[in-house]
Amino acid sequence: MRIAIASGKGGTGKTFVTVNLARSFGNPLLVLDCDVEEPNSNLFIHGDLISERRSTVLVPRVDESLCEGSKVCSEVCEFNAIAVIGGKPLIFEDLCHSCGACAMFCPNGAIGEIEHKIGKVTVRTSDNIRLVEGMLDVGKALAVPVIRDVKHFADDAKEEHVLIDSPPGTSCPMVWTVGDADLVILVAEPTSFGLHDLELAVETVREIGIQFGVVINKDGLGDDRLERYCEKEGIEILARIPHDRRIAEVYAKGEQVIDVLPQYHELFTNLWNTITRKVHTVGGSDV
Amino acid sequence: MKIACTASGDTLEAPFDNRFGRAEKFIIYDTESNTYTVLDNSQNLQAAQGAGVQSAQHVVASGATAIITGHLGPKAARVIFAAGIDAYHADAQTVGEALAMFKSKALKPLRDADVEGHWV
Repeated sequence: MRIAIASGKGGTGKTFVTVNLARSFGNPLLVLDCDVEEPNSNLFIHGDLISERRSTVLVPRVDESLCEGSKVCSEVCEFNAIAVIGGKPLIFEDLCHSCGACAMFCPNGAIGEIEHKIGKVTVRTSDNIRLVEGMLDVGKALAVPVIRDVKHFADDAKEEHVLIDSPPGTSCPMVWTVGDADLVILVAEPTSFGLHDLELAVETVREIGIQFGVVINKDGLGDDRLERYCEKEGIEILARIPHDRRIAEVYAKGEQVIDVLPQYHELFTNLWNTITRKVHTVGGSDV
Repeated sequence: MKIACTASGDTLEAPFDNRFGRAEKFIIYDTESNTYTVLDNSQNLQAAQGAGVQSAQHVVASGATAIITGHLGPKAARVIFAAGIDAYHADAQTVGEALAMFKSKALKPLRDADVEGHWV
């Protein structure tokens, strides 16, 4: 079972829900932190570092002895990543989307592709949890290739269940992260911003066609518009996490809420039960 | 010689554009004939990325051997200098004013990019 934890708005509690769900689960579990621009599950899941590898994309490299300055590479590049000046190609790796068109269409076969590092993927283990985290290098724009490298770990996972911490927003990184999940948990807070961005996230997961439900975090903070929206749209509320100052205090110290405030343990075990039931109920009504 | 000047209009009275990659137009001014042509760059105004690279290639293709602009980003600078084009910084209201400053040698040459990419 693959469960993605997403939200439209940032800071609603995706990582909080992810790490406490993980902590409340007793069996082997794979946790993927796909929020590669600011991964922070590792602040709460303190594991031993098992491996670290580079995350790379392919970028062109020109063999100048073969190049005849045809400019075809720069003409086929949709991303303005190659300029041919004075018969010599200039390559801008940071603009390249690794489509390979320049190498494919070069009439002289002068372009090969080499690996260009854009981030790293680390693996840590802690008790029952294996945490795989992607980290995009500073100044790099393409998050999706790093996310893809992180998600490869789910393909041959020995763990039966996978929790995926998604980046915020509703653009490519989020879509790639949640796209093959069995269920998406949308974490939302009951404020105007929370509702607005939840609506965007709901539209997105409906478009993708995945089952989803909402976890209301900081319940009691704002008003009931979020609840009314979910009711009107027929969206199941999977859990409500109260707006409790003690949760914020524990979380701010980098501690697991269910360890320090055991009264919340049941909330997360119930959430596991709810999502398991939902995943195994064919034809959920929310899509 | 031909000079490319960043502009947001079609004439010498047009406002001078401080941006290079996302300038709407280039006024290509010929100092020998004292005439000019207009190079439309609006496609790069909307480009998702690489506006500087593409704009610089336009300028290179125009045959200009100098540019006058407000600021130059790193990628555009790489293309401009690879092509052997001189770059000048101007602080002007109109294209005509910038060109007059160039003619009176009042402009400071840009030896390198002077802003980060995505400068607005």
